[in-house]
Amino acid sequence: MTEKYNMPDERGHFGPYGGIFVAETLIPPIQELNAAYQHYLTDPEFIAELDADLKYYVGRPSPLYHAERWSRELGGAQIYLKREDLNHTGSHKINNTVGQALLAKRMGKTRIIAETGAGQHGVATATIAARLGLECVVYMGAVDVARQSLNVYRMKLLGATVVAVESGSKTLKDALNEALRDWVTNVDNTFYIIGTVAGPHPYPAMVRDFQAIIGREAKEQCFEATGRLPDALVACVGGGSNAIGLFYPFLEDKSVKMYGVEAAGDGVETGRHSAPLCAGRPGVLHGNRTYLMADDDGEIIETHSISAGLDYPGVGPEHAWLKDTGRATYVNITDTEALEGFYALTRMEGIIPALESSHAMAYTMKLAPTMRKDETIIINLSGRGDKDMQTMAKREGIEL
Amino acid sequence: MSRLAARFEELAKTGRKALIPFVTAGDPHPDFTVPLMHAMVKAGVDVIELGVPFSDPMADGPVIQRASERALAHKMSLRRTLEIATEFRKTDQETPVVLMGYLNPIEAMGYENFANAAQRADIDGVLTVDLPPEEGIECGALLKARGVDPIFLLAPNSTDERVEKMDAAGSGYIYYVSLKGVTGAGHLNIADVENKLQQIKAITKLPIAIGFGVKDAQTAKTIATIGDGVVIGSALISKIEANLDNLEQAGNNIIELLVSIRQALDS
Repeated sequence: MTEKYNMPDERGHFGPYGGIFVAETLIPPIQELNAAYQHYLTDPEFIAELDADLKYYVGRPSPLYHAERWSRELGGAQIYLKREDLNHTGSHKINNTVGQALLAKRMGKTRIIAETGAGQHGVATATIAARLGLECVVYMGAVDVARQSLNVYRMKLLGATVVAVESGSKTLKDALNEALRDWVTNVDNTFYIIGTVAGPHPYPAMVRDFQAIIGREAKEQCFEATGRLPDALVACVGGGSNAIGLFYPFLEDKSVKMYGVEAAGDGVETGRHSAPLCAGRPGVLHGNRTYLMADDDGEIIETHSISAGLDYPGVGPEHAWLKDTGRATYVNITDTEALEGFYALTRMEGIIPALESSHAMAYTMKLAPTMRKDETIIINLSGRGDKDMQTMAKREGIEL
Repeated sequence: MSRLAARFEELAKTGRKALIPFVTAGDPHPDFTVPLMHAMVKAGVDVIELGVPFSDPMADGPVIQRASERALAHKMSLRRTLEIATEFRKTDQETPVVLMGYLNPIEAMGYENFANAAQRADIDGVLTVDLPPEEGIECGALLKARGVDPIFLLAPNSTDERVEKMDAAGSGYIYYVSLKGVTGAGHLNIADVENKLQQIKAITKLPIAIGFGVKDAQTAKTIATIGDGVVIGSALISKIEANLDNLEQAGNNIIELLVSIRQALDS
């Protein structure tokens, strides 16, 4: 019934995707990182320290919450929320930054850099850097700095330097470009904490492995709650770290369907979206081969989404592989639909989701009614909506 | 023998160093590039690196990023860069032309289509910044089969193993990135470059062109004496940027700088 899944290969390939596509100056630090990661992955002391941090600092395990009222209202499958919004700093991003920062410490790096879109990864990085006493610089597109000012303030409070990136489209992809430029300049003392399952190998595999705790816990909690595996998993996909974190421990359980929800922005048919898996093409960006939003000439095109965290033209290479093999299904949700998901969860369950996670909520509103009442869906509630209060208030014409 | 190999051999014979300008194709306008290439040849350059504009130039500093943005605003692309090279070749069959850019435009065109198009445009070398030799086997073989040299980078932190890899995979020349950083950065250390070049030269017989952070004639001369040639990019493009309202002036300033470097290299 199960088929062994052992991606990626040793050079970081998920079939034709992934790999290492970087300028030569970054090859030595990537090799150094890979060696350290392979070593500590199985080092009992490292694992014990990581586990302790996840328990006492992050607050794991996060609950698996049965959204009974919402399930009844939708009239189909039983909906369970994996409450990553309850983690310290308010999203799943901290699972990975704790892991990478412990690695940085062991590698003797004194300076941490990161890119951020919605600011959740930036906050999670600034948080762990503060705790470990490491210098921290976060690159953020100027457009995102404006729409996520609360998180910018949080990062500054935590002692990080936030650099507003003015090049290109001034969003997440440009922040990544700028972080790569910093890394190439400061390779000797700097550790680049990438926030999603993208970038050159070993990042996609490493970030997945740090996020897989989401799926491991969810699997155990689902057995406790229902006595069996879930029937479907739903998670939003920008770069795809929360989705892969939930999916990965279930990949060999063939009965479990997986839905990755991309941001359709104004609608995939308008071209103004951030849905490379649904409407993009394979190409190479930021160190790996994956599905991208690019034109016929291979130039990266601008993306659109109400949620800064999904506003990215690429996606983790493992998702590209899971799409091609049919193991996971990738769907998309427009800005308008995402808002319906946002309000539904807020008013039905008293939980305000992040706009990113709201895409997963909105897709579940379509999926759940098509399923039986004795079936189970687990949604990754990857982050809380506090950071989006200004965006939402502004949409409603309210000055905060 | 490839045009690049012949050019470096001829330079070695006469004890001269290669002067290699980098300009972004179509910056600030598609009509500007071909006349500039011819003028640069008259000023005494030996090889031209033609930058293929890309939306996300991760290894480049702000000057070359903005050059890409200006060119892309005129719908420049890999295809149109090849057209510029073809146009240049109509009246110059001597000067080697190397395309320098990022992988995604080549992926979009398809490796074989690109290799065929490069051959048709009579391109001499292709340097793809984000394509290390491990991932570049297929593309490199297609180019080599058509007489186009795949050119690779080496960096200050490259190990002997990497140098050996580039020696095996590359041809034409090796581009040595003189500093840890992006193009046009300001922290070039001559002594470091000298030490590293000794290590590299002990392993490969390929000519070494040195670039990143070379801004003036004096630095160019010092750098060139260490290697076989010097690449100068951001300093030239700065002249375009400073004269966007007067492109004739921009062209004159570029030529003036190149002439002064040529004189310094030959003196």
